[in-house]
Amino acid sequence: MPRPEVKTGIVGWGAYVPRYRLKAEEVVRIWGFEKSMPQNLFIVEKAVGGPDEDALTIGWEAARNALRRAQVDPAEIKAVFFGTESKPYAVKPSATVIAEALGITPATMASDLEFACRAGSEGLRASIGLVASGMMKYAMAIGSDTAQANPGDVLEFTASSGGAAFIVGPREESAAYFEGSYTYVTDTPDFWRREISPYPLHGEGFTGEPAYFHHIISAVKGLFEELGLGPDDFDYAVFHQPNGKFPLRVGRKLGFPKEKIMPGLVTPWIGNTYNGSAFIGLAKVLDQAKPGERILVAPFGSGAGSDAYSLVVTDKVEEKKPLAPTVEDYIRRKAYIDYALYSRFRGIIRRITV
Amino acid sequence: MKLSIPRFWREKAAHYRLIGTRCKSCGRISYPPKPLCPYCGSRETEEAELPRRGRVLSYTVIYTVPDGFRKYAPLVLGLIELENGVRVVAPLTDVMPEEVRTGMGVEAVLRRVQEDGEHGVIYYGVKFRPTMEY
Ligand SMILES: [Zn+2]
Repeated sequence: MPRPEVKTGIVGWGAYVPRYRLKAEEVVRIWGFEKSMPQNLFIVEKAVGGPDEDALTIGWEAARNALRRAQVDPAEIKAVFFGTESKPYAVKPSATVIAEALGITPATMASDLEFACRAGSEGLRASIGLVASGMMKYAMAIGSDTAQANPGDVLEFTASSGGAAFIVGPREESAAYFEGSYTYVTDTPDFWRREISPYPLHGEGFTGEPAYFHHIISAVKGLFEELGLGPDDFDYAVFHQPNGKFPLRVGRKLGFPKEKIMPGLVTPWIGNTYNGSAFIGLAKVLDQAKPGERILVAPFGSGAGSDAYSLVVTDKVEEKKPLAPTVEDYIRRKAYIDYALYSRFRGIIRRITV
Repeated sequence: MKLSIPRFWREKAAHYRLIGTRCKSCGRISYPPKPLCPYCGSRETEEAELPRRGRVLSYTVIYTVPDGFRKYAPLVLGLIELENGVRVVAPLTDVMPEEVRTGMGVEAVLRRVQEDGEHGVIYYGVKFRPTMEY
């Protein structure tokens, strides 16, 4: 029996990155880090959402770009999954606002998902299942964040704002179809944020090897085994990108040369957009991929888990590419701000509101 | 400055999707939507989705902002002529005041417009930013 994934594919993809940028040197200057820090993390600058942007508005623009490329009637989308760890409300879904603003409501599923940086990916895998089962023709998964970091924490070099969205539909309409997917999760205390905490904490000793590397490698090897594929069969590899270094290192451990990872690497220039991280990387690869090429994608979320997907690009990719701005268009659109304006835009300066 | 939650909810199509009204008698389009055509007085109107691109005819910069708007200050309000000739007044975003020019191309995006303090409702609506060519 063929795998259910092969009936489905990505019919539309879209990304969004805010306009403002904070140079890593600014974090060094303000918090007294060593000057070599940005280079060690491979981070040049990060994207900062403006004062009227949040995970919802970022997700809206990414979803709108995905709809432009899908060219489907929004009312035919029957599920909207919104993955984020920076939702504007603790209770009140963002997915409904996005669905309403895009004309998808009311006959649709809609929910916000939480699994650190891989919630959007859980939505993607659920979308594949819903479409493959025949329950619906189209489903949308969005990953979007205005990532928080404690000021002065090493995370502040990378925590940034951005998102991407994918509309899953029938393989025949797809720019790239799924060959298979594999998920690997465990209970790992590497990173968390309590409900009343404004900033996340990370468990020293659990980040890196036992979390990021173990889960991504396990998911990718699980996928390889199920599909009988190896690194040489893929033209691109996209991993979650907490900084510029980790995806290159996990790729090396799995047998992927740098050349297959660089096309989807975005964190050095826009930062880690959390739920947007691997998703924007995949969007950037689809912006440039050619028919017949094979893509590996492996998002990761703390807590911890990873999903691995194999995608094969189809002829349809070419006609869809020019229908919305590319990731590169958004990366090039930028205006630098200093740490003071960044603090104001991201609400780090506390004001009493009346 | 508090908005009415029920009123905003009733008008969400206009705020989220740039939906106006087209008069069935004289054919002219109003935004925000109006039950009564302001041009001919007809009550026969229907929903019309407006084009999302236009150009700035004129703008004003507001430095003395109402309560709750300091985080967005200064506010840039634009008079925008959409591609079909309909004129709307809306906030501009992703521009510093010194970057705004009359005649500049803009496109509608969804942004935070206002919030009822730290605990209340967040209002989302249409703002215009410089058009992204692609
Ligand atoms: Zn009239």
